[in-house]
Amino acid sequence: MPARLPQIVLVKKGFVMTSNHPKPHMDKAHLHGLLKQMLRIRRFEEKCAELYTQQQIRGFLHLYIGEEAVAVGIMQVLDPQDAVLSTYREHGHALARGLDMGKVMAELFGKVSGSSRGRGGSMHIFDSDKRFYGGNAIVAGALPLAVGLALADKMQGKKGITVCFFGEGAVAEGEFHESLNLAQLWQLPLLFVCENNGYAMGTALAISESQPHIFIKAQSYGMQAEAVNGMNVVDVEAAAARYCQAIRDGGGPHFLECNTYRFRGHSMFDSQLYRTSEEVQQWQGKGPIVQLQNWLHSNHALSSAELQQLELDVQQEIASAVDFAEQGEFEDESDLCLGLYGQGLL
Amino acid sequence: MKENTLSYRDAVHEAIAEAMRQDERVFLMGEDVGNYGGCYAVSKGLSAEFGPQRIMDTPLSESGFVGAGIGAAMGGMRPIVEIMTVNFSLLALDQIVNNAATLRHMSGGQIGVPLVIRMATGSGKQLAAQHSHSLENWYAHVPGIKVLAPATIADARYMLAMALADPDPVVLFEHVMLYNETAALPTPADCPDMHKAVVRKSGTQLSLITYGGSLGKALEAATLLQEQGLSVEVLDLRCLRPLDTASIFASVDKTKRLLVVDEGWRTGSLAAEICAAVAEHCFWSLDAPPQRICSVEVPIPYPRHLELAATPQVQQIVDLVLGLLGKQAGTK
Repeated sequence: MPARLPQIVLVKKGFVMTSNHPKPHMDKAHLHGLLKQMLRIRRFEEKCAELYTQQQIRGFLHLYIGEEAVAVGIMQVLDPQDAVLSTYREHGHALARGLDMGKVMAELFGKVSGSSRGRGGSMHIFDSDKRFYGGNAIVAGALPLAVGLALADKMQGKKGITVCFFGEGAVAEGEFHESLNLAQLWQLPLLFVCENNGYAMGTALAISESQPHIFIKAQSYGMQAEAVNGMNVVDVEAAAARYCQAIRDGGGPHFLECNTYRFRGHSMFDSQLYRTSEEVQQWQGKGPIVQLQNWLHSNHALSSAELQQLELDVQQEIASAVDFAEQGEFEDESDLCLGLYGQGLL
Repeated sequence: MKENTLSYRDAVHEAIAEAMRQDERVFLMGEDVGNYGGCYAVSKGLSAEFGPQRIMDTPLSESGFVGAGIGAAMGGMRPIVEIMTVNFSLLALDQIVNNAATLRHMSGGQIGVPLVIRMATGSGKQLAAQHSHSLENWYAHVPGIKVLAPATIADARYMLAMALADPDPVVLFEHVMLYNETAALPTPADCPDMHKAVVRKSGTQLSLITYGGSLGKALEAATLLQEQGLSVEVLDLRCLRPLDTASIFASVDKTKRLLVVDEGWRTGSLAAEICAAVAEHCFWSLDAPPQRICSVEVPIPYPRHLELAATPQVQQIVDLVLGLLGKQAGTK
C-alpha cells in the first residue's frame, strides 16, 4: 500500500470540530506535534533496546515500534478526566498519555523513582494522576477493568470516558466477549481500541480467528465499530475524534480496529521464524513516521532544519530520562511488602 | 422466624441493605441478584428498594463482572460482587488473582481496589462435585486480598460493613449450610474487628481451630466432650487472610494441643498451614502432634451418605480429641 495522503486540510487555526462529524482540521504545528510524539516513542524504544542489550533493562521488553500512530492518534482527543488502560506493550501509550519519560525509564530500570516504584517494570506502568491504569500483562485482562471504570464514571455522573487498548490476540479470549457484551448492554462510555498487528506473539491472525475482521465481531454485539489504517496517525486521530465525541454525547461504547504492524519481535527473545524479512520491510516502508514525514516534506511543511530540531528535542528528553533512571535508587529490600495493603478506612 | 431472632440469610440481606442506604457508592452485582432475588435468596427484595441500577443482574460472565467490579472500585465505587458458588468463582480467578490482588503493590501503591466479593461455599446440600467444594484456602494463599469466613449470625450481619470499609479487595465466604441458621438478634458489639479470631468456647485441654461451616460442628463436638469432662477451646478464625496467628498461638500455648477442622481437602489445606505455623511457633508448648480433620480427597459425591463421609463430622472430631487426650469414648 503506498503512503496515502492524510485526509486533512491545512488551516491556520488548530483543531476544528464541525457539528455532527468532528473532523480534525490540522495545521502545521499540530502535525509537527504528532510527528514529535511518534518520534519520542520511537527513539525512546530504540534506546530501550540498546539498554536491554547492556542489561540495564531486564525481563520482558515488548517494543511498540511501528505502531506509534495508534497511541498518538487516539491520545490527541482524550481529556485529563478520561481513563486509559493498556497492555504489556504500553510504553507508547504511557508516553503519549503524558507520563514523565524519566519515570517511565526509571521503571524499566526497576528503580524506586520509577512510575510504579520499579516494581512493575516494562509491563506494568501506572500513573493514577494521569488515570493511566497500566500496563496489564494478562492478554484481555484489562478489558473487564475498563468496563468497571466506565461503569463507575457513568454511575457517578462523571464526564470522563475510558479507552482500552489491546491487541488482536485478546479477541480469542473469553474476557473480550464478556466485556464487549457488558459494555454494550450497559451502554458505557468506553472506547475499545484493537491494535491489530497481525500476530499474537507468533500466531498469525489467519490461523487463530475464524473471522479475521475484528470490528465485525464488535458489530455483532450491536456496537458501533470500524477499521482504520493504524499506520496513518491522522486517520487514527480523525476516527478517534469522531468516536470519542459520540461516546461523550452518550452514544455508548464504540470499537476501533487499528490495522498496524510491529516492526520488532514480540519481545527481545523473538527470533521471528513466523514471518519473512520481506514482509517486515514492506510494512516498514509504510511506517507511521516515514509516512507523515514524507507527506510533510512533499507539502513543504517540514524543513530539514525543523526535523533536525524535533529529533534534537527528543534526544535531549531521552538523555535526561536515562540520566534520571541511572541516578535513581533501587527500592530497599526492607520495603518489599510496603503497600501490599492500604491503610485505614475508606 | 421468632421475634428478636435473625437468620444468617437475613443478616447478610440487612448488611447489604444497610451499606447501600449509608453509602451511595455501594452497589450489588451478580448473577440473578435482582429479579430472581439471589440464588440463595439473600438479595430478595433489594431490587424493589434500590432499583436495577444498584442491584445489577449480570450475564453469566464471572470473569467479566468480577473484573468490572474491580474496575468500578478503582473508579471510586464500592461494589459488592456476588458469585453464586466458589466453584463458579474459578472462572473469575484471573481477575481476582492477577488484578485485584496485584494492583496496589504492582503499581507502587497508586491503585487501590476497595471491593467485596461474596460467594457461597461448602457441602451439605447434595449438590455434588461442581457446587460443593471449599476452596477458601486457594484465596487465602494470595497476598493482596483479604479472606473472611463469617460463621455466626453476628458476623454475617456486621462483617460486611468492615469489609466495605477496608481499602483492599475482600473475598467473603458464606457456607451454604449457614443460611437457614438463626440466632438472637445480634448487636455490632457481637462482631469484633474482622481481622481477629474469636474464642467461641473457652477451654484448657485442646484447641479446636476452625472456621465457616465447620464452626457449628466444632462447638457441638466440644459440648459432647464437655459432657465427658473434657475442656476443649474452640477458636473461630473468621479471617483466613491475614491469619490472626497471635490468637492461634495464644490458644495453643494455653491448651498445648491442636486439632484443626477444615472442610477443604487435606493436601495443601489451610489446616496444613495452621499446623505448620503452630509447629514452628509453639513447638515447646505442645504435648501432642498437631492434628487436622479435613475433607477426604475426592470430588464431593451426590448421595447423602457419601457426602457426609467425604466431609468432617462431629463424631470424627470427638473421637480424635479423645484419642489426643488419651481417653476412650465413654470414659472419663
